[in-house]
Amino acid sequence: MNLRRDVFQAIADPTRRTILLLVASQSMTAGAIASNFDTARPTVSKHLQILTECELLTQEQQGREMYYHFNPKKMKEVADFIQPFQKMWDDRFNKLESIMKKHKK
Amino acid sequence: MELKTKVNAEEGKQDLVITREFELPLELLFKAYVEPEIIEQWMGTTVLHLDNKKHGSYLFETTDPKGNKYRFNGTIHEFIPDQTIIRTFEFENTQHGVQLEFLEFEKLTNHTSKLTIHSIYQSPEHRTQALKMPFAYGLSMAHDRLQTIVTNLK
Repeated sequence: MNLRRDVFQAIADPTRRTILLLVASQSMTAGAIASNFDTARPTVSKHLQILTECELLTQEQQGREMYYHFNPKKMKEVADFIQPFQKMWDDRFNKLESIMKKHKK
Repeated sequence: MELKTKVNAEEGKQDLVITREFELPLELLFKAYVEPEIIEQWMGTTVLHLDNKKHGSYLFETTDPKGNKYRFNGTIHEFIPDQTIIRTFEFENTQHGVQLEFLEFEKLTNHTSKLTIHSIYQSPEHRTQALKMPFAYGLSMAHDRLQTIVTNLK
């Protein structure tokens, strides 16, 4: 299983969600996207690679520059929303489990 | 990694089932649903009122990082220790409506237990609304972060 190609894994990360919001408003180059973050440029490149692999972003060469576009079609695949809901409950129950394990005498 | 919590929500239906197995004895799992100070820890909420019995009720309040307060309340219809809680759930001031929840607590071994939550919504549309919540919340968090970044640029 290649988790990187999973749309839900892709949007689970706050930096990647921010990138999606940035690119959704206008197509941008990797440099322009990276300039919005304090994180190192290779880290942003890694996020862009993951978003591209799962087709949330598409790349287009314009002259010397590579532009990233938002792919709304792929976003529609997230339409059943079950995975974030499941993740929320899983996080809660993991917490419950670890609290109650300590509670044991 | 596969999640230990399963969610079964069939297309077009107005209910869903959440199941989870815990590495906890049944009594400890049930206790996590009964003791207000424990509920507060794992739900990340404040318990304003909790009367765990037939005809009882509850009121929880959650504060988000911005300081907005959200209230959840419900009526308890059945309360059988280490076995069953039947209750309603309402997220106040939203369009989600009221849902009915059947919680079944089961002993698997002396050290493991299982929780099954069957939630019934007013309609399939209400279920979709409720399912979207964590997704929308994640996106709005990202949006807040983006605004912070943009503000810092100025």
